[in-house]
Amino acid sequence: MSRPRKPMSSAPPRAGPSRTKPPPAKHPLADIKPVIEDVPVDYGAEWAELMKSSYTSKDLVKGVKTVQDKWELLPAFLQVKGLVKQHLDSFNYFVNVDIKAILAANNLVMSEVDHTTFIKYTDIRVGRPERPDGPAGLSRLTPMECRLTDTTYSGRIYVDIEYTQENSVKRQRGVPIGSLPVMLRSDLCHLKGKNQKELARMGECPMDPGGYFVVKGTEKVILVQEQLSKNRIIVMTDPRKDTVTAEVTSSTHDRVVKTYVTTKARRLYLRHNSFKEIIPIVIALKAMGISSDKEIIQLTCGSNEKFQEAFGTSLEEAAKLQVFTRRQALEWIAARVSPTQEKEDKYHKLTPMNVAMQALATMVLGHVPVRDLNFRPKSIYLATMARRVLSAMIDESMVDDRDYVGNKRLELAGQLLSLLFEDSFKTFNSELKKRMDKILEKKSRAGPFDASSLIRQGGDPITAAFVRSISTGNWSLKRFHVERAGVTHVLSRLSFIAALGMMTRISSQFEKTRKVSGPRALQPSQWGMLCPSDTPEGEACGLVKNLALMTHITTDVPEDPIIKIAFMLGVQDISLVTGDELYRPGVHLVQVNGTLIGVTRRSRHFVRAFRKLRRASRTSEFVSIYINHHQRVIYVASDGGRICRPMIIVEKGRSRVTPEHMALLRAGKVTFDHFLRSGLVEYLDVNEENDSYIACYESEITDGTTHLEIEPFTILGAVAGLIPYPHHNQSPRNTYQCAMGKQAIGAIAYNQLNRIDTLLYLMTYPQQPMVKTKTIELVGYDKLPAGQNATVAVMSFSGYDIEDALILNQASVDRGFGRCHVLKKQTIPLRTFTNNTAERTAYPKPPPRPEMYKYVDEADGIIAPGAIVEQAHVLVHRETPTETRGNPSGMYKPTPISHKLPETAAIDKVMLTDGEDGPLIKILTRQTRRPELGDKFSSRHGQKGVCGLIVPQQDMPFNDQGIVPDIIMNPHGFPSRMTVGKMIELLSGKAGVLAGQLQYGTAFGGSKVVDMSKILIDHGFSYAGKDMLTSGITGQPLEAYVYFGPIYYQKLKHMVQDKMHARPTGPRASLTRQPTEGRSKDGGLRLGEMERDCLIGYGATQLLLERLMVSSDAFDTQVCEKCGMLAYKGWCKSCGSGNAIANITIPYAAKLLIQELMGMNIMPKLVLEDTV
Amino acid sequence: MPRSNDDTRRHVQVLPERIGQVAGSEFPGHYPGEDHSWNLQRFKENLVVSVQRLTPSTVEFDLIGVDASIANALRRVMIAEVPTVAIDSVYVWNNTSIMQDEVLCHRLGLLPLKVDPRKVQYTKNPDKPSENDTLIFDLRVRCDRNKDASRGETDPRKLYYDSNVYSGMLEWVPQGAQSDKFGVNGVPKPAPVDPDILLVKLRPKQVVDFHCFARKGVGMNHAKWSPVATASYRLLPQIIIRSPIPPEHQEKFQKCFPPGVIDIEDDASGHPQCVVKNPRKDTVSREVLRHPEFQDLVQLTRIRDHFLFNVESTGQYNPEELIPEAIKILLGKITEVEQGLDKLFAPSAGAA
Repeated sequence: MSRPRKPMSSAPPRAGPSRTKPPPAKHPLADIKPVIEDVPVDYGAEWAELMKSSYTSKDLVKGVKTVQDKWELLPAFLQVKGLVKQHLDSFNYFVNVDIKAILAANNLVMSEVDHTTFIKYTDIRVGRPERPDGPAGLSRLTPMECRLTDTTYSGRIYVDIEYTQENSVKRQRGVPIGSLPVMLRSDLCHLKGKNQKELARMGECPMDPGGYFVVKGTEKVILVQEQLSKNRIIVMTDPRKDTVTAEVTSSTHDRVVKTYVTTKARRLYLRHNSFKEIIPIVIALKAMGISSDKEIIQLTCGSNEKFQEAFGTSLEEAAKLQVFTRRQALEWIAARVSPTQEKEDKYHKLTPMNVAMQALATMVLGHVPVRDLNFRPKSIYLATMARRVLSAMIDESMVDDRDYVGNKRLELAGQLLSLLFEDSFKTFNSELKKRMDKILEKKSRAGPFDASSLIRQGGDPITAAFVRSISTGNWSLKRFHVERAGVTHVLSRLSFIAALGMMTRISSQFEKTRKVSGPRALQPSQWGMLCPSDTPEGEACGLVKNLALMTHITTDVPEDPIIKIAFMLGVQDISLVTGDELYRPGVHLVQVNGTLIGVTRRSRHFVRAFRKLRRASRTSEFVSIYINHHQRVIYVASDGGRICRPMIIVEKGRSRVTPEHMALLRAGKVTFDHFLRSGLVEYLDVNEENDSYIACYESEITDGTTHLEIEPFTILGAVAGLIPYPHHNQSPRNTYQCAMGKQAIGAIAYNQLNRIDTLLYLMTYPQQPMVKTKTIELVGYDKLPAGQNATVAVMSFSGYDIEDALILNQASVDRGFGRCHVLKKQTIPLRTFTNNTAERTAYPKPPPRPEMYKYVDEADGIIAPGAIVEQAHVLVHRETPTETRGNPSGMYKPTPISHKLPETAAIDKVMLTDGEDGPLIKILTRQTRRPELGDKFSSRHGQKGVCGLIVPQQDMPFNDQGIVPDIIMNPHGFPSRMTVGKMIELLSGKAGVLAGQLQYGTAFGGSKVVDMSKILIDHGFSYAGKDMLTSGITGQPLEAYVYFGPIYYQKLKHMVQDKMHARPTGPRASLTRQPTEGRSKDGGLRLGEMERDCLIGYGATQLLLERLMVSSDAFDTQVCEKCGMLAYKGWCKSCGSGNAIANITIPYAAKLLIQELMGMNIMPKLVLEDTV
Repeated sequence: MPRSNDDTRRHVQVLPERIGQVAGSEFPGHYPGEDHSWNLQRFKENLVVSVQRLTPSTVEFDLIGVDASIANALRRVMIAEVPTVAIDSVYVWNNTSIMQDEVLCHRLGLLPLKVDPRKVQYTKNPDKPSENDTLIFDLRVRCDRNKDASRGETDPRKLYYDSNVYSGMLEWVPQGAQSDKFGVNGVPKPAPVDPDILLVKLRPKQVVDFHCFARKGVGMNHAKWSPVATASYRLLPQIIIRSPIPPEHQEKFQKCFPPGVIDIEDDASGHPQCVVKNPRKDTVSREVLRHPEFQDLVQLTRIRDHFLFNVESTGQYNPEELIPEAIKILLGKITEVEQGLDKLFAPSAGAA
């Protein structure tokens, strides 16, 4: 690596920006430009004034004011970062930066046949989505159009090329090589930066977060993938084998390889796939050019005797193996290089030493570059790994925690797409090369060689790869041998929250089946980064996580300027340091993105100076730096995929953000970026967080405090943020609500009535919750709610409320409580066949069954919107050509599509369009459902229940005002669940209703119970929220006071109408002749093993026989009494006689088994006995 | 002569954590030597009905001296069994509004219609509507752009014509002799009670064209037929001050009740004393029971047979008509039971 020489041989520059004014002439940092220059930072006069009179000025010292509204930084943050912004940032980074880097790395396609002929890519860019048939650059393609027409929302990829043509170099600009699905709301998307009105005109919802793709009409999300850090040393132990292993996954653009330094019998070895066996570490180091044992000791152990003692045996081993020099070591290794590695270069035969050298240079620790055979950085890196192993051998606590969030990196859509693009672009180029060679091989060519036309040939592999990968979720990369399934998911549009929750989801690479608790457990380092509540139950528990509200995921920041800064701040280059200097007391190593760059003696000063530079925007705000005191290493990280979050900087025991700053923010004069650029707020990643002393509240700030949390409730994610008073609930209840909030029926988007989704649930009259949270306002749940404020009486009623069942008020239901719509789509493609015939729609005259064609339009054979259809009513009368292959016959046979469900439905919409594969008819049917017995409801506290009874209003209890509850909930739901938050929600809700205002139930805050009680008392209610009720049945007062007030209730998607099922007789599976399974196939209800056991235990033989055979798959057959084989038509084929044939009835499955056994050359015999 | 409110047998105890003596104890055989068999004379003496407040929409009245079952029966009948007329089936000719047909129809159904239900018969066969049992309303609205609206106007009411569809736009279509029966003698024509209920909002060129059939029904079948918004009662609160409240706590004591319940007056000796001024205004918040300084000084009760009724009509009936209607229905039920019992105990019926 061409690293800059040490800037000054003299003393390291001392004058950081922290000191007094540096001499303006030759400041060492003068040539470092701020990363963000082009942003015209107009701070405004007031802001500038504020910044001038910062904490140093005397007038502010007089009174310490606390920042009351610092939570308002959160909405400001969410405008620039957070929630789905990481997806957008990642995608934008790919499109603007990464794709160019990939092109630059693969920019030459040269013919093997004729080396003078080449195609060279000079630039690449991605266009905005356009209609494929429209005029280029003019026909805007909107996402809504793609959703409706089942097409892909993608922009074309254009390259600029240079190529040789008849001995001259020609240039061509804007050659399309494929198209890239465009992430919604990214820089390429038409929705970017549009206001509400413009979005409405495009049929788009302003509340929609974006960050997903529309591929073939379906909305697809590329989930965030969690991985272990690349290029970092992780030390692990295996207690069973008593080994310590240091592992590094080296990831470069070419390959991903793992290198291990491991122990065996307390000796250290290098393990790598390139070698057939493990290599003693000393031999490996010697092969890298450190031939002196003393230097090896210095590099691995320093002067520490414990280390030296532990390392002694490893040194001895090399001596025993007679390896002393570099040459010997290389030869020793060369004999052990895996044979597959040798084929690397087929043109030149390598000497054994070169083979070993090449393996060490390129394969081992691939991310540490070897330039000009300078193995020094790599050997020191290997020595560091050995040192880490040694220290872990001596001290157990030096082992790394794999589950520590700081050791994790999150891979986002942009990175995954860039892998895919790189792979398919390389394939594209090699195909291009093959086509080029093919043409050039021909001696007599017709016309001149035209590269640009060559590019257009050969299908569209890049587009196909993108579309295939995103729509199936299978990421198969040939180069990395990666085969990942389930990377993408269909965006769940069940409710607004379900869609939003999907955008913050993180899936782990960990296998679900392994039984280790570590990766699933809640990590303390997750604080503030990942939501502690939002994880699914069951097998994916703890493996699927969600981002907290204020997190951001970094993208790659170039590391060269950072290294430059480090050197200028006095870091000594590692190549110039002897082993002796490395581990002297007080010396800290400096690593940038896992690569050792140097050492420093003034670690604290270096870190402080570096942070000052970052706060002054001289580096990217996402560069993190921290000291690991145990390892005595300063880690600087600028790689992508780190989770970080903003925090208020505290200096000299005082928050740098003051009420004056907040006032300016509130007035809209400044944005979050101003806070960031002015060094009031900074981003910390998990590792740097560990190096900081963070106060949760301003009152907790002490002398050592470095940072202040912006708002504690941001430790929760977007989904858990909907729960009022979650800090009063038992924690699993919050987790349950996180799962259930995604099933709640409500409003899903402002464009919900224009969408045609496969399945869509909508609530007729959704309400925003009485008790809301700050999160609810921030994510917009109050504008797209999923539930209703029900007046709840917590009491027992009638016994139909046991086991969490709810009692509903019939009058409430009559008036529209819990009413919802179910919209279902039916897509009818009209196919075109090879002989140019196509399906068509028509109205048959006369219709075969007039009743079924009642609402079919006579003009086009398609049902009319607004019609109410019943089962078997025809939706579209389609006709298919009788002859689809040979000569068109001109005849058509009817293939009508009818309404399949037993429930009647209204036709909501009929859409006719041209999709990617010909004409398309989409029919949307709609049902309006009122709540019925068995429908599922849930509050926001993981308290689900089904409707057990619907009671007439006059039978319901009422209070003194005549208020009748909408829902009666049994109080037994409380003691074991301990959802105190729900009780407080009721109290706050009641107070809110009485005072005519909305109350807050924000986590770790919200309206206080005493205040709520005060409001209740002021309005003539009991402070405890309990009312005196009168029974609606007897008319007498109830003997107990009843907890009575509004609770926000969600209707969940599980409804009886979708589930109820019974069948007398019906279809059977063809193989076993047993009844089919499942409601959709009109299946039978299974009498399972356990039910069978009951009947056996009871001795109900006839019932068993009836259930298991007669009503299932009874089969009359014949059996030969002599040989025991099955016989047919009174004739035993194996005996060749018809003398001893008996008629029996057996289950068809048994007959099948017998025959299958016979097919396997096993002869089962049926031995018959007379029944008594 | 009605009984005194101080009669503890009439008290429902309002205790801190529960309610005591919910049911009456005066039934035959409970108190030795007292005759509690039902007696018309005594019932007449105790029964008091007095209207406290009457507005165009609500009536508040006291019902004293009856058992809870009677008061409750009245309440229940008002909610569920006093008939009204409401839109029951709708023919949707055209609906290009944003609202789904069913939802708009549901909203139409919930509209209270000012039609005297006594002039309409129950529908026997919904497939064969007749002028005696069905009223027809039409709703035909089309939204158009207001050409005269100023540029840059954003208020939809000025920008468009008929952008809001209100209940008042429903138009009654008389059938047969209905025009002689309804809307004569100063009675207004059949129409929704409130003309300003928003049904749906429209935008230019959107049309709703509905043909609605209103029928007679009762609240037990669907809440839209219920003639009352609330029909409920509460028991008269009674605050018994057992011993004088110390002067330093008097203000606090007063504040434990809604304003106007407790008054501080000078007693005969000129010392201020808390007195119960108007217990009717008390909401029984039990706030006074929460404070230890008032323990044993005060007792909260409610009078078991003193019902403070509050009935709010949805507009089909005048509020004062509701109770007689309910009583009529109740009497009809009693007659039915009576006749049934007579039949049951008639000598010939048993034999047959």
